[in-house]
Amino acid sequence: MEEIIISVVQRTLVAGTPLLLGTVGEIISERSGILNLGVEGVMAVGAVTAFIVTHHTGNPWLGLCAAIVAGMLISIVHAFASVSLQSNQVVSGLALTMLGLGLAGLLGKPYVGKPLAIKINAMPIPFLSDIPIVGPVLFNQSPFFYLAILLAIGVWFMLEHTLLGIRIRSAGENPKATETQGVNVSLIRYLSVLAAGGFSAMAGAHLSISYSKSWIEGMTAGRGWIVIALTIFALWNPLRAVFGAFLFGGIFVLQYMLQPLGISPNFLAMLPYLATLLVLLVGGLRDSRRLNAPAMLAEPYRRGER
Amino acid sequence: MLHVKVSDREQISALGTFLTLVLALAAGMVAIGLLFIISGVNPFFAFKKIFSGSFGSLYGFKETITKAIPLILIGGGLAVVFKAKFWNIGAESQLLMGAIFGTWVGLNWGPSLPSPVIVPLMFLAGFLGGALWGLIPAILKLRFSINEVISTLMLNYICAEFLTLLIVGPWKSPKKFGFPYTDDLPDSAILSLLPGSRIHTATLIVAVVAVVVLTIVIYKTRFGYEVRVIGENPDAAKYAGIDFSRTTMLIMVISGGMAGLAGVGEVAGIHHYLSYPDSISSGYGFTAIIVAWLAKLNPIYVIFSAIFFAGILVGGDAIQISLGLPAATVAVFNGTLLIFLIMGDFFTKNKVRILAGERG
Repeated sequence: MEEIIISVVQRTLVAGTPLLLGTVGEIISERSGILNLGVEGVMAVGAVTAFIVTHHTGNPWLGLCAAIVAGMLISIVHAFASVSLQSNQVVSGLALTMLGLGLAGLLGKPYVGKPLAIKINAMPIPFLSDIPIVGPVLFNQSPFFYLAILLAIGVWFMLEHTLLGIRIRSAGENPKATETQGVNVSLIRYLSVLAAGGFSAMAGAHLSISYSKSWIEGMTAGRGWIVIALTIFALWNPLRAVFGAFLFGGIFVLQYMLQPLGISPNFLAMLPYLATLLVLLVGGLRDSRRLNAPAMLAEPYRRGER
Repeated sequence: MLHVKVSDREQISALGTFLTLVLALAAGMVAIGLLFIISGVNPFFAFKKIFSGSFGSLYGFKETITKAIPLILIGGGLAVVFKAKFWNIGAESQLLMGAIFGTWVGLNWGPSLPSPVIVPLMFLAGFLGGALWGLIPAILKLRFSINEVISTLMLNYICAEFLTLLIVGPWKSPKKFGFPYTDDLPDSAILSLLPGSRIHTATLIVAVVAVVVLTIVIYKTRFGYEVRVIGENPDAAKYAGIDFSRTTMLIMVISGGMAGLAGVGEVAGIHHYLSYPDSISSGYGFTAIIVAWLAKLNPIYVIFSAIFFAGILVGGDAIQISLGLPAATVAVFNGTLLIFLIMGDFFTKNKVRILAGERG
């Protein structure tokens, strides 16, 4: 029994890791006022880049770095459209998702079904991993898990307690006033979108070089969209995102646990998506002003406009 | 020093809009060509294949029209909801729900009813299925302020699983050698085709009539005016006493219902039975988003942009076969073109001048 519980919690944390990485990135972008619906596509680009680079160099860490760079590069498309051209952010984000999913399919075609010789595997932390129950659950995880937790805490601290964080938040709340303080709102928003791209790509890399055994087209399977819902669920707070991401990780694991009970696998596959709607439903029942959404989210800002 | 000055255009001319569109598409094609080169494909060869596969032969052109049918229906509906800035990304599953409803009617009532009765009934059921599925995100937004982009997408995944659940379970045919398909629709429920093609004329007529009617509704009626005001200036809409909830629900009934009609057309005209979601719709719900955008959200222009993108779908199939490219190539095409269309919009709406001297 104890072994089962440990294994379930462990797998929950693994399944929640890409969701946490993506959500933390999306929080940065949305806090700066830019809605980024490109997460799913950038995740796919990150996944395929990490896989290809790892496959050819045999170094998964190089693969991870390449994925982050690729994710930031392709996010420039959304940053340029939404910040410089003040385009509709919904449409531009969708375009990024289409492009990203397409590119991942195109570039990944020769690798379909190919396994990786070297992956990023679990990295037990000395001493801590020997603690009963807590040790194997928390301290014998993939480095992506530690990275996600550290980044969530780091981004929370950055947003709440540093000058950069104040500037990001005020760019999303009142860009005009921020600009009069001598802050370059466009630059802040560009950087936030690029950061979000890097985070999404990391989430994708986790899927392709740590979570999965080989390259499968469409391995992101809607996780990028769940990330956008989790951002709302977390009320734009990275610490609350930790809770949300692992809650959803649990739902992914639940699918496999309930299968032997004879419940239709198709019904179980609906669970994460149903849960997303349910979570938003609970959020929607609250007073929308208390939801704490950035005031200027998805509103284009043009310099010098009165 | 050079700097860029951006100001609103006072007048947006039709010719200017059209030229920007053409330029945006051309620039998009150049970008796609570069992507082809990166993937090791000769872009001129690829473009030639796409064009000759879709518009260059009679067979190809007939296939293009066949695939334009669902795109006209869905794109027309999306043009209306997008005008009101309601972002329905769920047409893919509204199509599937229409297919499910239509198939149920066809399988259960088809054997005892003649074609002129059963076919309209199936379209009606399909419209109803798509409309009901489309109403869910509208209600979720109005009642619980749930972002419609997310809810429509989640409903896409849920509906695809639901359809699969039906065809592997209760609706599975005993006559299909164990494949997860439903029974064939009875003959009376199958749409007749234009001879020598796969063009199901009934759906094509319904689609063209629908977008013509929608164009009149949007530009000539009080309701259409309300839809446009809600999109352009929601505050003004409130002061003008426009019923936001009623209008939102109505346009989602229209948009979802039209996607549902497309679903009936695909099953009754092409497949004749329900199978996996991917085979019922090859991403029509997503492609139609760009179709609507290229048509500048004007339902009547949707006919032309639908044929254009249907051509890319058919041509995409051709290069998949001849160049061994994956199905995702079409998504690259669509994503890139959409990005350039958005960028083109900026130059339609704004005057951009590069000036010498200090910033003014």
